[in-house]
Amino acid sequence: MSEKKLRMQLQCPMPKLDFDVITLGHGSGGVLTNKLLDSGVFDLLSNPILNEKHDGAIFKLDGEMAFSTDSFLVSPIFFPGGNIGELAVNGTINDLSMCGALPKYISLSFIIEEGLKMSEFWDILLSIKLACEEAGVQVVTGDTKVVEKGKGDKIFINTSGVGKLHPKAKIGAKNIQEGDSIIVSGNIASHGMAIMSVREGLEFDSEILSDTTNLNHTVSSLLDEFEHKIHLLTDPTRGGVATVLKEIAQNIGLGIEISQNKLPVNSQVAGACELLGLDPLYVANEGLFIAFVDATIEEDFLKKLQKDSNGINAKVIGKVVKDHPNQVVMESAIGGKRVISMLPGEQLPRIC
Amino acid sequence: MSEYRDPELAKKYLEEIKKTVTQPWSIMEVCGGQTHSLVKNGIIEMLPKEVTMIHGPGCPVCVTSLSVIDKAIHLALEKNVILCSFGDMLRVPGSGKNLLEAKAEGADVRILYSPLEAVKIAEDNPNHEVVFFAVGFETTAPANALSIIHAHRKKLNNFSILISHVLVPPAIKAVIQDEESKIDGFLAAGHVCTIMGNSEYYPLSREYKVPIVVTGFEPLDVLQGILMVLRQLEAKSYKVENQYSRIVREEGNAEAQKIIHSVFEIKNQIWRGIGEIPDSGYKVRSKYQSFDANQKFNITINEAPENPDCISGQIMKGLKKPFECSQFGKKCKPTNPLGAPMVSSEGACAAYYHFSGLVEA
Repeated sequence: MSEKKLRMQLQCPMPKLDFDVITLGHGSGGVLTNKLLDSGVFDLLSNPILNEKHDGAIFKLDGEMAFSTDSFLVSPIFFPGGNIGELAVNGTINDLSMCGALPKYISLSFIIEEGLKMSEFWDILLSIKLACEEAGVQVVTGDTKVVEKGKGDKIFINTSGVGKLHPKAKIGAKNIQEGDSIIVSGNIASHGMAIMSVREGLEFDSEILSDTTNLNHTVSSLLDEFEHKIHLLTDPTRGGVATVLKEIAQNIGLGIEISQNKLPVNSQVAGACELLGLDPLYVANEGLFIAFVDATIEEDFLKKLQKDSNGINAKVIGKVVKDHPNQVVMESAIGGKRVISMLPGEQLPRIC
Repeated sequence: MSEYRDPELAKKYLEEIKKTVTQPWSIMEVCGGQTHSLVKNGIIEMLPKEVTMIHGPGCPVCVTSLSVIDKAIHLALEKNVILCSFGDMLRVPGSGKNLLEAKAEGADVRILYSPLEAVKIAEDNPNHEVVFFAVGFETTAPANALSIIHAHRKKLNNFSILISHVLVPPAIKAVIQDEESKIDGFLAAGHVCTIMGNSEYYPLSREYKVPIVVTGFEPLDVLQGILMVLRQLEAKSYKVENQYSRIVREEGNAEAQKIIHSVFEIKNQIWRGIGEIPDSGYKVRSKYQSFDANQKFNITINEAPENPDCISGQIMKGLKKPFECSQFGKKCKPTNPLGAPMVSSEGACAAYYHFSGLVEA
């Protein structure tokens, strides 16, 4: 557990409650719901807008905005390097960041399966609080529902968020040009493999940690310096790097060329992928982004990113080309070429 | 691993291959893992045009017969059954649906990496029947056999395996004997030989006068294996060689063989798309019959007809390439496979579909 998380747990011990597990009643909207929320949820996430406890949040916005939503269903809910709470906050923050926006307010909705331990819920709430503080965003509205046992998977979380566009940002696939450099901000496939390492039936010893983190500060400082020369930002979450690149190639009608030897993969993650017969290119990431930037700023962009704690392992992985439009072609480690396509469904482990 | 992916060495092997070849040759890589490596690393396009790689029947997922898959689906849909399987079996089409669709209908289907995990699930769920879908070549046989031995020791009466094991040497023999076959040499599957050793290949190589090179899976392994076969072909020699000697010992793994033979015995086996091959499968010995799902659950499922548009049999015998199929990439895609080779990433059709759009174009 990170030092910060530990400190927060000490600072905010779970209040004494007359229930240990969450039951259907806690989602009824009645006495129990109020008890759950007043037990500390409101205190923990307190801010003037949320404290109004109104049906919705009321606030002022000015200028061009980005708005995004995402639902989180990860299983198990606690995994090496994080839990579903911070994942839900960071996920929406990062989606907004990819739009070139500076995230400000988010909503937070829980769908809880009855039987979830209050202590687990508290840990999740603490992670949410910490993630919000680190990113500098506020939870301004929310909802809690409880479903019967067997109708959920412990807890699902939805977050939505708004953020003001960075004044210098001009991000969109239409800005991508032939010759653009493609830069990935760090090691790929860590999140997916961290989850795999603790999934029932697959447990294996490893120190692979999820890369979940907020990217808003990193992106904002890159935008400050490089402005409209950053053509596109995207986070390769589900489906991994391969799926995102293929989507973009189809979208822009140009080709994408990447090189296997340049893909940054942590050696433990590469080993685990090898063992399980998975391709790291298709494994999910969380605190990672891919940038399409003007070739003239490639070096400076990379230098600046590598100085950021979220970009230490950043690398140029390829470029945009005129050849093979709509296709992503990867040069293999031994110099052969292959086409990268999307996954037909979930990536299924191979037999041998 | 990176030493087996060194681009400089790869270049040297390729130059050596180009220097060696003087006429067209067809080489079959038997194992799906090798097909995957060939296509994933772009090796096929790097080879000189004289060398044609033919993709063998070595994808256990692809050759599991339709009726066994239907049986697994039928079992999975039973209320009290937890069906455990390797991941890539889940999308293989049965005659009606696949296991993923059965799962969506409420079947308890779990993806595992080891049959021993299934034994643990059986221990933890004494009120459920736990069935492990034991598919694979000789490679997965020791672990599958061991799961029965463990369950027997723990006196579990709720664990069984639905077995569909296939054996490599009889399949190579069947391919050679096929009258239409045009294969000049073979890359044998390294991992299978790790367990079983190389002894079964000597009579095959002698009798049919074909070079057989036991080969690994890394790109440099495959390139070296191809070079070794070509050198034999050009020199008109035929023998068994071991490219994968860092892993494969001549006699294999005696302990693993002992475990296999204590639990399984050899039987004729139906290969999907190919038909029955004599002595090419395993069944559970009668001593352990209570762990044999085939005997434990009385299910009779008739062999359903294959989709008539699918030419997977000809593909797995090396008679046709995926591109020669009229349905390839049209009606038949990984999202809607007509036959098994389009499902597993080791299947020849899926491998081509995923990785070699360049060849396609």
